[in-house]
Amino acid sequence: MVGIRSYGGYIPRYRLDRKKIYENIEWLNPGNIGLADGEKAVANFDEDGVTMAVEAGMDCISDFQRSELGGVYFASTTQPFLERQNAGVVAAALGMRDDVRSVDFSGSLKAGTSSLIAAFEAVESKRINNLVVCAADCRLGKIGSPQEMIFGDGAAAFVVSDQNVIAEYKGSFSLSYDFVDHYRGRFSKFDRQWEDRWIRDMGYDKVIPEAVAGLLKKYNLKIEDFSKVIYNCHYGSERKKLNKIMKVDEKMVQGMMMEVTGDMGAAHSLVTLAKVLEEAQPGEKILLLSVGNGCDVLYFEVTENIRKARKGKGVSWYLKNKTALDYYFKYLAWRNIISPDMGLRGEEDFPTRWSIAWRSRKSILAFCGSKCTKCGTPQFPPQKICVNPKCGAVDQMEDYYFAEKTGKILSFTGDALASSINPPNIYGNVTFEGGGKHMMNFTDCELKSVQVGMPIRLSFRIRRSDERRDIVNYFWKAIPMQEVK
Amino acid sequence: MATGIKDKVAVLGMGCTRFGERWESAGEDLLVESFQECLKDAGIEKKEIQACWYGCCYDSINVGNSALPASVALKLPFIPATRVENKCATATEAFRGACYAVAAGVYDIVLAIGVDKLKDTGYGGLPAAATDGQMELFIGADKTAPGSFAQLASAYAKKYGVPMEKLKEAMAHVSWKSHQNGAKNPRAHLRNAPSKEAILNAPMIAYPLGLFDCCGVSDGSAAAIVTTPEIAKSLKPNQEIIKVKALQIAASSGEEAMYTEWDGAHMMTGAAAAVRAYQEAGIKDPRKEISMMEVHDCFSITELVTMEDLRISPRGKAWEDVLNGFFDLKGGGVPCQVDGGLKCFGHPIGASGLRMLYEMYNQLLGRWPEERRVKDPRFGLTHNMGGVPLRNVVSVAILGK
Repeated sequence: MVGIRSYGGYIPRYRLDRKKIYENIEWLNPGNIGLADGEKAVANFDEDGVTMAVEAGMDCISDFQRSELGGVYFASTTQPFLERQNAGVVAAALGMRDDVRSVDFSGSLKAGTSSLIAAFEAVESKRINNLVVCAADCRLGKIGSPQEMIFGDGAAAFVVSDQNVIAEYKGSFSLSYDFVDHYRGRFSKFDRQWEDRWIRDMGYDKVIPEAVAGLLKKYNLKIEDFSKVIYNCHYGSERKKLNKIMKVDEKMVQGMMMEVTGDMGAAHSLVTLAKVLEEAQPGEKILLLSVGNGCDVLYFEVTENIRKARKGKGVSWYLKNKTALDYYFKYLAWRNIISPDMGLRGEEDFPTRWSIAWRSRKSILAFCGSKCTKCGTPQFPPQKICVNPKCGAVDQMEDYYFAEKTGKILSFTGDALASSINPPNIYGNVTFEGGGKHMMNFTDCELKSVQVGMPIRLSFRIRRSDERRDIVNYFWKAIPMQEVK
Repeated sequence: MATGIKDKVAVLGMGCTRFGERWESAGEDLLVESFQECLKDAGIEKKEIQACWYGCCYDSINVGNSALPASVALKLPFIPATRVENKCATATEAFRGACYAVAAGVYDIVLAIGVDKLKDTGYGGLPAAATDGQMELFIGADKTAPGSFAQLASAYAKKYGVPMEKLKEAMAHVSWKSHQNGAKNPRAHLRNAPSKEAILNAPMIAYPLGLFDCCGVSDGSAAAIVTTPEIAKSLKPNQEIIKVKALQIAASSGEEAMYTEWDGAHMMTGAAAAVRAYQEAGIKDPRKEISMMEVHDCFSITELVTMEDLRISPRGKAWEDVLNGFFDLKGGGVPCQVDGGLKCFGHPIGASGLRMLYEMYNQLLGRWPEERRVKDPRFGLTHNMGGVPLRNVVSVAILGK
């Protein structure tokens, strides 16, 4: 049996009230009032598709040994790199073995479901197992565009396996059409779309029913066989129409979360699936569909293993872990839509030295330090001579991963002098459960709520962006943990 | 058997420029300025100098690497010249190198000189440079000096249960006192004397440090000429001879940054250097025996916790000593930052250690007007700390008669 063994999800902490967007762009596009309801999830300034995929990935692999994982398929239409494999960064951040397969899937909003199908078929071949499939998107619309209102950020991840499967992959049906509703060229930062009527009447109306009918016919099923139906179409009225066309009970259809996240692009259907699995019962059949230059439909059956499946944070936790973004302009600055003055200090130039990044890749991407095999002291960055003054053993170290550790704040500050797109830059000394310490940047927090002694968890984030050379460097940051209600 | 530096080296002369925003002067000009004063004070000719130790920290920002900026600016005639750099302890390291050369009997008369020209950046604070190495750009925090030192305050307040408002009040007193002293000093960078209220209400730079909790970033140079006590006596038969009593350095072992036990509320280096310095100088009770100090007050909280590392105040009690005026110029305790400190005299890193020694030397000789003179000083202590609390080098020097 091949299917999903584990799932994880991620929604960024910041939510932008669409009314706040509207207040700022009303002069430009008063028609957007029709979209100005609810809020959209917005990636923090130090997040992108890769970091969100890692966060979702960490949420779903916590039960695994790093050595068990066979590879990463990463789907996104907003990967940070055209050349430098994005999936390779994710695999490194998840601390995987070197002999794994990593592949980027992109080019369409169905990339997420396509990567899942590819993973199931790869595992079916018995040549690979425990593939991490993750999808994330962070799409941008121009200032005042409908897309600015509609798009939200998020990620999902699954481990695809032939063991301990919680949702069996039963089959799929795909359509490929060079049907252009949305478009982004090689040099475009912003989504471009044709008129809504075109997208609805010639897009969703045609392709979704055709794909669903194709799957039902292929596997000799009826739509009533499914207890959960997931598809991506953000138009509310169009969804009602589609449900009628497909004769699907509205109660079975999972919502688009438009009021809480927005349309998460290639990740959207997968995030919804991760959320559905949180509550799924054995025997339930799930239909998962995503549209994008054609369509993929997948069909799952939930197994008994769902009862004993580990529950990570999951999409539900991240949906509750939220803070209102206070300024529309902050959103524009964080997403690099406008360029604020970063001060002369911020203009100092520090080129990335790739040989260092390569040499220290495990420290930088996987937050891997060393642990002294003689005295047991964890230390970061990895040392040759043990830092414990009572030990001092030479070259007796083994790898020690801090990424999944929690810790406590020993000291902290909010630094207004440091150049930051989100001042003041908050950072401090952190001591880790089980030993070891590091002074590091904090994120997803406000200065007024940080205290010495507070617990922290770690999150993979952008450490430094070099705009001049279009380079992004990643490292881990500490998130002070506050109660999530 | 090694016996330390005590009484083996004498200070023959010293010089120090006005610190500040010296837009008109190049680093080389500042070197000449402090050197000329130093040479005149020593009462010797340039050709009598046998070797030079030169300190500069942010070399690449301005004058460049090596000892050449000094040897060329001063037109030293092909003598041995060495450049040292040890962050904020740089100038004291230059002094230490010069003293050790004399104590070893290798040379009779040696110059120590330091400079930094930090104001050619166009922005406030220290130059943004990868001074902690390239790996820091990958795995470190996006830190600045104030942000790194501000954490001493959050850790100290938690460790000793001092409410942050009370600690802020003590920190304000630290800065207020230095401004009072600096205002009287014609060579100081910052000569204003703000009220404690103004200090407390200043804009936040790095929580909980406000603007007045931070020292000046300056241009400047300072110099010393050292020799043996015997030669000093022969050259200056009518002057008291100021001798070196202790010269200590302690550098981090990585324990603070990577090992779990350090509390983040003080500097392990400072405590280690102080113990060795007192031992070297034969000082048993520093709170009673030290007459005056110039310490590394890059930020108010640094000075406060340093009083504990130097064993002037008991652990967890420095803030009370501060509020009681124990470190004020005429407070009846141990006056600290009598020239204004880094806070107000300024902080051109490569010159600061020598500037502190310049103040102690002139105080010991009773050269200053009464309003800024320490009464009957016996031992003057200087202290520099380079780096950040979790990874740094501290120097402690003691001069005396």
